[in-house]
Amino acid sequence: MNPNVLLAIVLLPLGAAIIAGLFGRRIGRVGAHTVTIGAVGISFILSCIVLKQILVEGAPTYNAPVYTWLVSDGIAAQVGFLVDRLTALMMVVVTFVSFCVHVYTIGYMADDDGYQRFFSYISLFTFSMLMLVMSNNFLQLFFGWEAVGVVSYLLIGFWYTRPSAIFANLKAFIVNRVGDFGFIIGIAAIVYFTNSLDYQTVFAQVPEVARQSLQVSQDHTWPAMTLICICLFIGAMGKSAQVPLHVWLPDSMEGPTPISALIHAATMVTAGIFMVARMSPLFEYSDTALSFVLVIGATTAFFMGLLGVVNNDIKRVIAYSTLSQLGYMTVALGVSAYGAGIFHLMTHAFFKALLFLAAGSVIIALHHEQDMRKMGGLFKYMKVTAITSWIGALALIGTPFFSGFYSKDAIIEAVHESHRYGAHYAYWCVLLGVFVTALYTFRMIFMTFHGPERFAHAGEGDHGHDHAHGEHDHRAHDAGHAAHGHKPHESPWVVTVPLILLAIPSVIIGYFTVAPVLFGNYFGRSLVVLEQNDVIGELAHEFHGAGSFAIHAFTSAPFWLAAAGVFTAYVFFLKNPSWADAVQRNFRILYNVLTNKYYADWFNENVIAPVARGIGRLFWRVGDEILIDGMAVNGSAKGIGVMAAVLRQIQSGYLYHYAFAMIIGLSALLFWLLAR
Amino acid sequence: MITLAHVLTLSAILFALSVAGIFLNRKNVILLLMCIELMLLAVNFNFIAFSRFLGNIDGQVFVFFILTVAAAESAIGLAILVVLFRERRSINVEDLNTMQG
Repeated sequence: MNPNVLLAIVLLPLGAAIIAGLFGRRIGRVGAHTVTIGAVGISFILSCIVLKQILVEGAPTYNAPVYTWLVSDGIAAQVGFLVDRLTALMMVVVTFVSFCVHVYTIGYMADDDGYQRFFSYISLFTFSMLMLVMSNNFLQLFFGWEAVGVVSYLLIGFWYTRPSAIFANLKAFIVNRVGDFGFIIGIAAIVYFTNSLDYQTVFAQVPEVARQSLQVSQDHTWPAMTLICICLFIGAMGKSAQVPLHVWLPDSMEGPTPISALIHAATMVTAGIFMVARMSPLFEYSDTALSFVLVIGATTAFFMGLLGVVNNDIKRVIAYSTLSQLGYMTVALGVSAYGAGIFHLMTHAFFKALLFLAAGSVIIALHHEQDMRKMGGLFKYMKVTAITSWIGALALIGTPFFSGFYSKDAIIEAVHESHRYGAHYAYWCVLLGVFVTALYTFRMIFMTFHGPERFAHAGEGDHGHDHAHGEHDHRAHDAGHAAHGHKPHESPWVVTVPLILLAIPSVIIGYFTVAPVLFGNYFGRSLVVLEQNDVIGELAHEFHGAGSFAIHAFTSAPFWLAAAGVFTAYVFFLKNPSWADAVQRNFRILYNVLTNKYYADWFNENVIAPVARGIGRLFWRVGDEILIDGMAVNGSAKGIGVMAAVLRQIQSGYLYHYAFAMIIGLSALLFWLLAR
Repeated sequence: MITLAHVLTLSAILFALSVAGIFLNRKNVILLLMCIELMLLAVNFNFIAFSRFLGNIDGQVFVFFILTVAAAESAIGLAILVVLFRERRSINVEDLNTMQG
């Protein structure tokens, strides 16, 4: 594999981001989107070529540094690429979704002032994400990790005049800091135990490190591997929004829809999943860490899905769905089915990006209205969007033959096979999660595209509508539109083409890739699974082709649960909307818990944040102002002042005093010399 | 018979007198100069005494140098004193504390 090709894949989006960002005013709107789309498009094509080289021509894994930044005490800080089957898959997914989102943005951001800035940011994001997935060492991984975080911050707060957007991006940044704290401790622990940052060197030492442990107190030791893995996973929890660090993701929907699709659904939030899969040689050696991963993932998968059922903001419903699906991927990692996790990551990237972009298309058509209670009956106005949304929804709930089915069913089966501590709980969570997924997905579909048309009269006599769930439906830049009064219409081709482009893999990619990717040892040595944990291997014995896998599903619980979810959604939200209200009234307490998001935000804002601020204030007042500033800095100056004031009394200015001092000193010296 | 001890005692007394003169004098800068001169003479005494009793001429040669330097020093000291008096209209030591920090 040619390193120049790999460099080009990474650097083209960076170059485009710089051109669009710094010279955006000079090259104009068309220039900005041409250069960024061109760069990402070429990256995508080159990524496909790399994938082909690996799959068809059987090129060996590329693993080499391209630039050494510095070497300190034997630890080299390098920029390097590790391109194997896992990386190549991620590269294609990232560049493809990014490309679709770039094209889509032309339509979505058409009348936004920050057009060039937006293109610059998403190109920069593509660069960062590629750096992350192609890295061959922990330092570059961390660089990519933080860089995608920064771009995410910039894009959530893209409409920076809106206070809610500023709040959301700060929240995302701070919550991610919590995760990154664990991540960097994990990396530090790796360096401590292996004295290297390079993946291969670290992985080679794993069996040896697994025997070591860290003495934390007199009679307390932590196994080294568990410590490292849990710390790394805390980083993944922040980035991939797992409970309890999930709170930032729903709020990140303040950003423009294209980035919700690209960053907060398809790529960046899956960085945690990718990282854990990449670190599978480490995680395999710690059952404790994997059980932790499993329980966290299962909790996220089920309980975050429930929140999607009560939310009315179309983007937030999809955001909760993303949380839940990330939970599924994490569960797969937790039972050592890394391949299934990555497989679900890939299929999810397509259909979730599709759903987000479709939601964005609806939002454009309704002039930036996001409240589903003011939608409905859009099917006949926007056929392409509606049909592609249906496809995305069917893929998401795991309809047999759609891509989501293969990945999700494989995860559920894998959990069923696993005997890891917590697998039983996880199995019930993911199983019930299927019902919940179908329920909220089709609630969204029915409320948006079917049923009575609620958009025409919305917003006129309805100024008192509640903002309790955080919908922010006034869009500052929306002033140019005649907001109400004419029928919604289908979005322009730059919006619908990406929808169609994404709908195709959403349908077929599972059917065609499940056999080779999941059961055909696609990942080779990129993923390490110990023999006793190999649940995918167990499943492979029962696998007889993608078609029979899907047909078999008609007799299994997940399919019927999904069907029940769709049916429930149909009955409650399309046929008899009053039933939904009745349920809401009768289960008031449960409803309140859900609409308040399990009080997680309340807890963070009223407990965690004040305590953290209190500790910060303590350190500021006592540590900084009193100890460091008061005693160390100003204290030493004051002490010298006092000493000088005393010594100044000796300086009388009289000659004879000085002479006296000299003579006394001289005679003292002489006496000392003599007496010695 | 005058022994080395006698001469050294005299020299020590002279030195002590001059030191006392420097400390106790609160009035006159000229007195200070004289005391310094006296100190140098006390040192000269030591040189001569040791030269005489050790039978080595070097010490006496040194005394010539010291006398020369002392003469030059008194000349400069007195010149400074004259300038000082013109400037301040006083040679009182109590008034000369401009070195105070």
